Amino acid sequence: MAKINASVYTSHVPAIGAALDLGKSEEPYWKKVFDGYEFSKQWIKESKPDVIFLVYNDHANNFSLELIPTFALGTGESFEPSDEGWGKRPVPTVQGHPDLAAHIAHSVIQDDFDLTLCNKMEVDHGLTVPLSLMFGQPEEWPCKIIPLHVNVVQYPVPSGKRCYELGKAIRRAVESYGEDLNVQIWGTGGMSHQLQGPRAGLINAEWDNKFLDRLINDPEDLSKVSHVEYVREAGSEGIELVMWLIARGAMDEGKTPKVTHRFFHVPASNTAVGHLILENQED
Amino acid sequence: MALEKPYKDIPGTTIFDSEQSRKGYHLNQFCMSLMKAENRERFKADERAYLDEWPMTEDQKLAVMSRDLNRCMELGGNIYFLAKIGATDGLSFQQMAGSMTGMTEEEYREMMLKGGRSPEGNRYLHEQSK
Repeated sequence: MAKINASVYTSHVPAIGAALDLGKSEEPYWKKVFDGYEFSKQWIKESKPDVIFLVYNDHANNFSLELIPTFALGTGESFEPSDEGWGKRPVPTVQGHPDLAAHIAHSVIQDDFDLTLCNKMEVDHGLTVPLSLMFGQPEEWPCKIIPLHVNVVQYPVPSGKRCYELGKAIRRAVESYGEDLNVQIWGTGGMSHQLQGPRAGLINAEWDNKFLDRLINDPEDLSKVSHVEYVREAGSEGIELVMWLIARGAMDEGKTPKVTHRFFHVPASNTAVGHLILENQED
Repeated sequence: MALEKPYKDIPGTTIFDSEQSRKGYHLNQFCMSLMKAENRERFKADERAYLDEWPMTEDQKLAVMSRDLNRCMELGGNIYFLAKIGATDGLSFQQMAGSMTGMTEEEYREMMLKGGRSPEGNRYLHEQSK
């Protein structure tokens, strides 16, 4: 049986990808960011996931305003990185797991979540920056990846509650898959940041750290936070944090997970960087 | 009954909702077209002519030509779409975000290094009128 053993949470700031691609990771400004992932790179080498279910959002790269799916699951064989206007990132093509993705689609849709299924889509920095942070710069990504895009660009975006419940449905789906697979779920984006308007540059480290505490200890309660609180406290783009609740919802229910790693740093470009690794505890 | 929009009282922030998206559809789709290198070249060669191919309002075209991103947002633009104009101009996301704050690039970068803009006094419109 397939099993979700761990969840990883991380910001997906595009400038982090650019810093790595341009060989700036040793510069003091960026080293402070990358140092927070040194432990994680070792950890993931040892935990060897077969599949990563990666929750992220597209930033007007694959999805224009022609089509705005709330939840879009990548069911294809492979996914090319987007050219976001600065040229394509020099990262490997993402290899999907169409069979597990189809199984998840079947289960989750019957569980009342109306996913959009994508056999063809490109993936942007929202998906590739987390992979770079955790795996560095390999020739090929070392495992299969199932992308789940969440609309957090055009309001209304899904509520924290809806995201958290979707996570639970994803866990049920994975656990009903016959093959033995070591699956991880990643939630990406955030933490506090605002990229627009005269209030651009907003950072709320206190709120972010409370978010991390609550995500670990009381996600059910955290899932009730309203959109307007995210925007007011964590900036207009801080709303991306609802995606972390999908990953958290997919962890074993009613148990506090082991906090394997926790990191927080300000700034990376316009953004507060947050990162957690949570593992399910053996009974 | 009108839909509730509780985010209207947050200062210096435009929430890209369905209403803004309707207003900005062609503006944002124009931005999206700049993901193709040949379109970027045509736009740079003659901005006005390129914009005239799109059913955008005159105000939207003027806001694009003057690179007034706050005005673009007011007219329905979304930052991730508008970023394609910045990419065409060779700007980073930090330069674009900073350009909307009235600060210089250096001042904005400094503010971020020092921990960013505090939420204190920036949560509600009424806090700013004091």
